Amino acid sequence: MKTKEIKYKYDKNGRLLFTKQMRKEFTILFPMMAPIHFTILQQVFNHYGYNAKLLTSTSPEIAQTGLKYVHNDTCYPAILSLGQLINALQSGEYDTKKVALMITQTGGGCRASNYIFLLRKALKKAGLEHVPVVSVNLSGMEKNPGFHITIGMLRRTIAAVIYGDLLMCLKNRVEPYEVKKGSTEELVMYWQDKLVKQMTNKSGFKFKDIRRNMDLIAQDFGKLELDQTRKIVKVGIVGEIYVKYASLGNNCLEDFLKKENCEVNLPGMMNFVLFKIDNRIEDINLYGGSFLKKVICKWLFNQCMEMQKSFNYSIKHYTNFAPPAEYSHVKELVKGINGYGNKMGEGWLLTAEMLELVDAGYPNIVCTQPFGCLPNHISGKGMIRKIMELDSRANIVAVDYDAGAPKVNQENRIKLMLSIGRENMNKEEEEVAV
Amino acid sequence: MEKVFKIGIDIGSTTLKCVVLDESDNAVYTHYMRHYSKIDENLFVLLGMIKDNVDLKGAKTLISFSGSAGMGISDSCKFPFYQEVYATRYATNKLYPNTDCIIELGGEDAKILFMTNGVEFRMNGSCAGGTGAFIDQMANLLNVDVTKINELAEHAEKTYTIASRCGVFAKSDIQPLLNQGAKKEDIALSILYAVCNQTITGLAQGREVKGNVLYLGGPLTFLSKLRECFDKVLNVKGVLPDNSLYYVAYGAALLSSEEVNIDEIMGKVSTYRNNENFAYQAPLFHDKKEYDEFIKRHEKDHVKFNELKDYTGPVYLGIDAGSTTVKGVVIDDEGNILFTRYVSNGGNPVAYVKDILETIYSINPNVYIKGSAVTGYGEDIIKNAFMFDYGLVETMAHFMAAKKFLPSVEFCIDIGGQDIKCFKIHNGAIDNLFLNEACSSGCGSFLETFAHSLGYSIQDFSELGLFAKRPVNLGSRCTVFMNSAVKQAQKDGASLEDISAGLSISVVKNALYKVIRTSSKEDLGKKIIVQGGTFLNDAVLRAFEMELQTDVVRTNIAGLMGAYGAALASKELNLDKSSVLTLEDLKTFKHDIMVTTCQGCENHCRLTVNKFDGKRTFIGGNRCEKPVTKKVANNDLDLYKFKLDLLKSYEGVPGRRGKIGLPFALNMYELLPFWHSFWTELGFEVVRSDISSTELYHSGQNTIPSDTVCFPAKLVHGHVINLLDKGIKDIFYPCMSYNIDEGRSDNHYNCPVVAYYPEVIKVNVKRLTNENVRFINPYVGIHKKKYFAEKIYEKLKSFYSDLSLKEVKSATAKAYKAYEDYLNKVRERGLEIIDTARKENKMIMVLSGRPYHVDPLINHGINDLLSSFNVAIISEDTISHLVKKMPPIHVLNQWTYHARLYEAANYVKSQKDMQLIQLVSFGCGVDAITTDEVRDILEKNGKIYTQIKIDEITNLGAVKIRLRSLLLAVKNKAVKK
Repeated sequence: MKTKEIKYKYDKNGRLLFTKQMRKEFTILFPMMAPIHFTILQQVFNHYGYNAKLLTSTSPEIAQTGLKYVHNDTCYPAILSLGQLINALQSGEYDTKKVALMITQTGGGCRASNYIFLLRKALKKAGLEHVPVVSVNLSGMEKNPGFHITIGMLRRTIAAVIYGDLLMCLKNRVEPYEVKKGSTEELVMYWQDKLVKQMTNKSGFKFKDIRRNMDLIAQDFGKLELDQTRKIVKVGIVGEIYVKYASLGNNCLEDFLKKENCEVNLPGMMNFVLFKIDNRIEDINLYGGSFLKKVICKWLFNQCMEMQKSFNYSIKHYTNFAPPAEYSHVKELVKGINGYGNKMGEGWLLTAEMLELVDAGYPNIVCTQPFGCLPNHISGKGMIRKIMELDSRANIVAVDYDAGAPKVNQENRIKLMLSIGRENMNKEEEEVAV
Repeated sequence: MEKVFKIGIDIGSTTLKCVVLDESDNAVYTHYMRHYSKIDENLFVLLGMIKDNVDLKGAKTLISFSGSAGMGISDSCKFPFYQEVYATRYATNKLYPNTDCIIELGGEDAKILFMTNGVEFRMNGSCAGGTGAFIDQMANLLNVDVTKINELAEHAEKTYTIASRCGVFAKSDIQPLLNQGAKKEDIALSILYAVCNQTITGLAQGREVKGNVLYLGGPLTFLSKLRECFDKVLNVKGVLPDNSLYYVAYGAALLSSEEVNIDEIMGKVSTYRNNENFAYQAPLFHDKKEYDEFIKRHEKDHVKFNELKDYTGPVYLGIDAGSTTVKGVVIDDEGNILFTRYVSNGGNPVAYVKDILETIYSINPNVYIKGSAVTGYGEDIIKNAFMFDYGLVETMAHFMAAKKFLPSVEFCIDIGGQDIKCFKIHNGAIDNLFLNEACSSGCGSFLETFAHSLGYSIQDFSELGLFAKRPVNLGSRCTVFMNSAVKQAQKDGASLEDISAGLSISVVKNALYKVIRTSSKEDLGKKIIVQGGTFLNDAVLRAFEMELQTDVVRTNIAGLMGAYGAALASKELNLDKSSVLTLEDLKTFKHDIMVTTCQGCENHCRLTVNKFDGKRTFIGGNRCEKPVTKKVANNDLDLYKFKLDLLKSYEGVPGRRGKIGLPFALNMYELLPFWHSFWTELGFEVVRSDISSTELYHSGQNTIPSDTVCFPAKLVHGHVINLLDKGIKDIFYPCMSYNIDEGRSDNHYNCPVVAYYPEVIKVNVKRLTNENVRFINPYVGIHKKKYFAEKIYEKLKSFYSDLSLKEVKSATAKAYKAYEDYLNKVRERGLEIIDTARKENKMIMVLSGRPYHVDPLINHGINDLLSSFNVAIISEDTISHLVKKMPPIHVLNQWTYHARLYEAANYVKSQKDMQLIQLVSFGCGVDAITTDEVRDILEKNGKIYTQIKIDEITNLGAVKIRLRSLLLAVKNKAVKK
């Protein structure tokens, strides 16, 4: 078969554009972060006619590739996610003339907004300048003729987030207690497949569908046979979004904790989405600005809030677990501790999540961050002391992740936190017994 | 009663310890041994010793393990394991129940445990500074045994400030001190204080250490002086308990509950096999044949050696007084070598050079030295002490030598003990220079220290790696992290051979990817010469060639190239006779050292005054020329000084509403005129915190929660304490996501640290709450001028109920005006400086960074140093507005201050007499992005890019080399044109 020659187009600043022709013929690679969420998300893109491919590689080569092409003082998530992309391009698995890369751009004051530029620099160094890079953002940066985020797509993305959150949340709650080993994982896979199937068949995205699916998911998990008498330490994970979710970034932290006999609570991604929308509203409150913009943000915010409310409803009604706190409550917790104007990176939300976890019975917390993460100097490490002061139950360890930070030291620190956690748990039980 | 033995085993990063308790918890046996990373072998030995010394027969034996290096083996052998801090705490509760706080220093860990009033545990993070390994490294640098450090410190008279953050930083502080002739005794004590400060800044994190303090671990056990330092700094009387080395093992023994048979345990240890699962790379050499070919190829490049004895012709002497070694070379007219000497610098280069001279005279008493030159860290002192004819910057010396072997050399890389130097050669001149920043040095001395810690010589250790089958992949990282990475690899079953090869490869990777930041060999050119002692290791050389996939030149004097180049340079002087001290002179040579504090200005530099033969004086430690020439430095063309003076002139005026304190740090630099005018207008007396000083910094260091945040941010704590000490009750320090919108970039953010640091201060400086101080840190948006007055009024109203919106509006207008005025003044002065410099034909240096780089403690007086080289200094903000249309750049241009950098670079690129230096504070994440872009803009236009990384380091030795090389390169470039 004869293929059409690919026409490269550039914008006025010389940026290589992702064209309509590419949309038809190209595979778009994107790096891994949260496995459940991103697997569903991949289907959203494909539903809209893109050929998106989530990279699931985990080889140690990834970090090496990243270090080779990306400035070594850049944050670890950049080194890993860009390393994963370039590693894929160099693997020989793809025709680099038929591949594009996709990466998010938040537009915040953190370095993360610059990943896309670092990626282009890296591609240039690797002699892969002809590979177009697509920015996924809601701030109107870097438009491409072949890539548009539509309202429908946005809604489906939000659905992917909420489904991902729910499966992740319930999985973490039940897995340590499951009587039949593997039954939880089986159920997660069942629903993941089912949701993906629904989505490829144009269903499962309407609010009504989402609500129904969530009820069904909660019911299924509620039915799993559990042994609640097990003595298990409850541990929360917070931190910079990439190292918090990506096992590649946090040296398989979740697996390690599970092996140490812990129940893990990984707060969902929806709060982060709400936080990012809310920031725009807060900015206008704090510094003044367009009323119209505020109204639009409020609308979007409310849509997501609705979704979160039914998420909580499903858990509350169909399982025996307490649902995670709603965004508004999480926000209330941090009042007077870390200002609402603190919006770069995870901003005040990081502090708030730690407070919420302690409140919700997960006083043992791993606060993950890439080495030298700028916002976390403030909202993570900068606030831990205050949190411990406010609530004596809090038992928090801050762990830095970095290409050079060895696992053995990280695990040692986490083990210390767990020893204290276990001691506290036993003490509490004794007190209850008395 | 049943006979019970409880065995606790502590597998630390460098040592193995055991405690055996009987049924009444009395210790019946303890033992301590170094394991040299061969954990399983030595553990087997240790268990055997327990068996031999304790009669376990017929008794119930319980065992448990602990220690940072013990996790792996305990994990796979299924031994009961307790985290070591937890074990320590358990033991302390039993042995010293009234303890409030434990300070424990180990091989690579430092820990503080708060036992009462809310239990808190702190361990050092990724940074291994301030630990036993650090003291080992420093002892190595001083060329003494670790215990000798204590003895030396006993006799100290003064202390110097040494960066305590990590070994690498401290080294770059100590080395120049040694070279300047500072006394070992004083340095030893300074090192102990550095450890102390590191522990407190890094771990106390705002919590006061008080009450009953317990000292544990090796360094605190063996070094009484270190305990004294802690006592003094913390103002406590700490206790060193019996068995202070064994608390972890003791705790593990107490915690042990699993009954075992020791023979079974030993059996498991002896058959313990790792999962052999570590990342590795291709071997250096597959076989002996490959190695032989390699050796043969490199033997081609060599200089001829002749006899110095009885040589009658003129000779030339070159000395390279480097950071860890002193090298001397004597050559004849042809460049043949007559004499070489390579000695480790035991701290004082003067004695070694004297020895070299004496040796030369003893071999050939009639030697005719026609020229002499010295290069390296010790250049100044040696030139002065022995009256050498010429001193030259190291890079030049290396270039001279390289040319001799490869006249058309394109790239030259030198990996020495302490530093990596490399430069590109374009049109016969040094064109682009890379020096390792303080964070990634280590290099040769790292390999050496590592070899020693494993009980090998450097040669033997690196040879081990030549035929390693699976060299460990350690990546390219700061050497401090490398230690832990090696530990991990060992845990995963890497052999010593694999580790040796891996280390050699990572030295190379560090040089290529961290210092030069190259990604392809084409960047470096085709004709590459490698030198420096580190390249004498075949493993390193091979790794370098493999990484670049190209053949390079290494000469037979790779370690002596600096000295050889100096000798060649002295030949070019064409003197009749060298002025270097003769044999007679040496007989009466005298060297006296005095340490004093310079009273010339507010910097109060700690000076080392060296007197040679009672007449020649050499002063070290000075930032400016004042103590040397007795003249005030000429700062007329220094915009940094102008800016600081201008900012100092914004003084408070007593006002009806009382006082308001402003911390003079981070975003309060350029915005001081804004806030000063705003508050003054509202009737407040503005009290600005003092100009930064070391004392001011230390006063706040125990409240810093993140030890990896940048130094300018850490300094804020000191400024806030300074305001509290002034009795200020209202402190204003606003949060600012956004900065002034200059309309010149895509967005106008502040960096996250600058934006939100007030939040950190609010919750971490306890004195704010304890002293009922109102800390006013609202989120303000000066980018939205339209809404500013109204919004800030809303926020201030709750603090000052009598304020009116009208007043605030008028104050706001004045504030924006004052800000504009300030900028204009700075710009005008900048343009004047440019004019004057051009008239006087001076080079103009654009010293760029952030507004807070004007702080003399942050910039370490680099502007003074530059002034002493007779160049004019301006800053980025004086020229950025001159760029009319900015060409597109390749990063998201979203920070106000950083946008100016790109514009300044763009302006400089077309100015013949301007050069740009970028100051980067260590840990500045944002500059990881800006530096590459600024470099790009400049290099594309044939300009040299110079980046200077700064931290708490107070010595300018390395910076000086850099600046001298830069000035020389610029000069040569101009001549060529």
